Amino acid sequence: MGETHAVTQNILSTHGLTKRFGGLLVSDAVDLEVRTGELHSIIGPNGAGKTTLINQLTGEIVPDGGKIEFDGTDITTMPSYKRSLLGLARTYQITSIFHEFSALENVALAAQAHSGHSYGVWRPASRDPALNEPSHRALEQVGLVAKRHVVAGELSHGEHRQLELAMGLVTEPKVLLLDEPMAGMGRVESAFLSKLLASLKGRYTIVLIEHDMDVVFALADRITVLVYGKAIACGVPSEIRASLEVKRAYLGERYAAG
Amino acid sequence: MSFPEPISPRSPRFLVGVVILLVLALVPQISDAIGESYYVTIVTRILIFGLAASSLNLILGYGGLVSFGHALYLGIGAYAVGLLSFYGVSNGWIHLAATVGLCAIVSLLTGLVCMRTSGMGFIMITLAFAQMFFFLGVSLKQYGGDDGLKISSRSNFEPLFSIEGNTGLYYFSLILTLGVLYLTWRFVNARFGRVLRGSKSNIQRLKVLGFPILRFQVLTYVISGCVCGVAGLLLGNFTKFASPAYMYWTVSGDLIVMVILGGIATVMGPLVGAAVYVVLETILSSYTQHWMVILGPMILVIALTATRGVWGLFPRGEAPNWEKRTP
Amino acid sequence: MGPACSDGNVRGQFAPLSFHSFMTWNLLVIQALNGLQYGVLLFLLAAGLTLVLGVMNFVNLTHGALYMVGAYLAATALTHSNSFLLAAVAAVFGTLVIGVVMEWAALRNFYRRGHLDQVLATFGLILFFNEAVRMIWGPAPVYMRTPEWLSGTVNLFGFDYPSYRFLVIGVGLGTAVGMYLLIHHTRIGMLIRAGATNAQMVSILGVNIRMLNTLLFGLGAAMAGLSGLMAAPLFAVQPGMGDNVLIAVIVVIVIGGIGSVRGAFYGALLVGVVDTVGRVYLPLLLRQVAERTIADAAGPALASMLIYVFMAIVLAVRPQGLFSARR
Repeated sequence: MGETHAVTQNILSTHGLTKRFGGLLVSDAVDLEVRTGELHSIIGPNGAGKTTLINQLTGEIVPDGGKIEFDGTDITTMPSYKRSLLGLARTYQITSIFHEFSALENVALAAQAHSGHSYGVWRPASRDPALNEPSHRALEQVGLVAKRHVVAGELSHGEHRQLELAMGLVTEPKVLLLDEPMAGMGRVESAFLSKLLASLKGRYTIVLIEHDMDVVFALADRITVLVYGKAIACGVPSEIRASLEVKRAYLGERYAAG
Repeated sequence: MSFPEPISPRSPRFLVGVVILLVLALVPQISDAIGESYYVTIVTRILIFGLAASSLNLILGYGGLVSFGHALYLGIGAYAVGLLSFYGVSNGWIHLAATVGLCAIVSLLTGLVCMRTSGMGFIMITLAFAQMFFFLGVSLKQYGGDDGLKISSRSNFEPLFSIEGNTGLYYFSLILTLGVLYLTWRFVNARFGRVLRGSKSNIQRLKVLGFPILRFQVLTYVISGCVCGVAGLLLGNFTKFASPAYMYWTVSGDLIVMVILGGIATVMGPLVGAAVYVVLETILSSYTQHWMVILGPMILVIALTATRGVWGLFPRGEAPNWEKRTP
Repeated sequence: MGPACSDGNVRGQFAPLSFHSFMTWNLLVIQALNGLQYGVLLFLLAAGLTLVLGVMNFVNLTHGALYMVGAYLAATALTHSNSFLLAAVAAVFGTLVIGVVMEWAALRNFYRRGHLDQVLATFGLILFFNEAVRMIWGPAPVYMRTPEWLSGTVNLFGFDYPSYRFLVIGVGLGTAVGMYLLIHHTRIGMLIRAGATNAQMVSILGVNIRMLNTLLFGLGAAMAGLSGLMAAPLFAVQPGMGDNVLIAVIVVIVIGGIGSVRGAFYGALLVGVVDTVGRVYLPLLLRQVAERTIADAAGPALASMLIYVFMAIVLAVRPQGLFSARR
């Protein structure tokens, strides 16, 4: 909207993405454009369909209509595992890790998908430096390296969020989809994670779904606002802050008018 | 925890394991010394079912998929020996190749069909397919049908070795079983095994991480079926008999009990489970011909209480620290 | 642990088949009606089982055993009282009580456990029931005569068809209508439908889930007993008779879709007709196209595999079944 020079490559985009659950329209012709290298935040009131949007991007839910493009390829019908191999990684709002494995093994498993083949039946995977080294680095980055041998099921909730992030980072993805990484975190942990996200900015293209407005407005290059499945606004933070539409959606008619 | 990291050489589990292995190696000698050849046969039976249960443990214990039709592969192995002998082919290597080949084909086809359904569907479909082969065996009257097929002589592996005698068969079974246990241990610790264990824990995440998980599940099922087929080959040789009864669904159930009883997702568990189950059966059946009336409720109690199995009762000790070797 | 080989189809009532009778319309209609009759027997079992599977997410393999118990209770009651009505009450009420007691005393502990534990527990119960029945009634088959007032024939579309079999079809269809009314026109039915699509949600909404579970289990048990009652005069009542029927019921549910009573209905009729008609016509058809010895050998074998092949085809095309309630 309003960029005059040559179009920056959109690494991830959707066109008219639509999804219905029975009679409920959860994604209403959503157009999303994520530029390479930016931190693009998606915000919206609860029930706006943000997680469903991410699920369609990763292929966990099949859209009813529309198109998804990633790095120049149409991935609308591509199975999840192929999208991951192309460089699309995500973290989950409700933690989805391997509870019986140690933190290191969790991250190593994530690394394993992208590092050689997994048909090895002889050599112990736990001693494979090709997996352990990047996993170690990823855990260092998120601040969890001291607990790398702890069984994941015994880590705290905040540490689970850190682990999720490490699993996303270890494969050096082209685009990182973060679904409410701050969910359920205390103030100290949030601050730490916020700093971490800031350090990742520029090195990765990040799509960040978040409710914490301080974090969003501090970090985002651009913001898309989703309300009842519809993308009602997209622009830089100052535009969104000033937008009447957005105010109406979040705060109701009374505030928008005044 | 159930993931099979290397265990400490000082732990009770390791020590008990070593003792068991020593005893197993010397069973024929011990049996001769006591003068009861019966013990060789019963331990052979334990080894055969231990091998079958270990194969099931791969897909069920580590992979989390409940196959209720594994007895099918026991039947294929036994009938491979039976049918080939029937037509005059007694070469043991051919028997082995035929067993593995047939099991690979059947498990691949049924696996591809079965894997498309949910967990509950998988249980029921594997059960149905195994029973289908049971009915097939029963209806093939020219090969004995319901009465089964006698095998005149055991698979011929000469001049390398002979399994015609009970001691020969015992050591053959022992080497095969221990070999499979060792390979299982390497398998579950390797990359493939890690993916498999992950699928039991959180299959949805695996897909999104980038694993074409169906491939791994089908492959595991095929490996599992082939190993079970080898157990069937041993069974046919052991009894000198191939029967549809080997594929009856209660046998599949027995295998599941052995895995659970011994310790699901442990390497030694299934063999221990087979031993306990066979011994239990032997003792109970000597008291009354209606021993199943006791065994049935016992299985129910096992299902309710045996979370770690008999093998799990032995602690594994502290895992050796790999830190010094990895960055 | 041997199998009981009741293959579940009485063919002795009809004259030996020849090429000419193959061509008659009479035979086709009679066999189709027999298929329908077998189908409704399967439906009575499948409806209860699919609900327990779908709503309670509980793998209940004891259904076949309850069918068997129902048959035994009916046969015994008829022998001692000469009243078919009393036999009916004994069968249905008896299995209802046994089912509820079983659920309350043992099985309800397994709802939260995984499918593996449920499979084991119900497997143990089957072994128990099979042996208990053998202890009480002995291993030889028990026969239940058709009551006199049902021993004749009725005239259908110009053909004579045994009255009793006609009654079975009637009872089955009546039950199907009853189930339809229950599920679509009562409050309990609404809860069942809700539970079949999302069981967790139903309990979160505050419904007394324990009551609902016991009710469902009891309903399924009673219907299994009814099926056993109806089947008793047609088949030999013997230990293990429930095993093969259970497998057929599983095939029905997989084809119809887990959790769907409508699927159980159409699936049961399909399987009943395909199995019955197939067993008669497939060997005959084979004889037309292949050499006699091959056809005689392969015919019955292929016929016994027919419903499983059918199931595999359905799974390949639509893994969740034809009428699945689940997403």
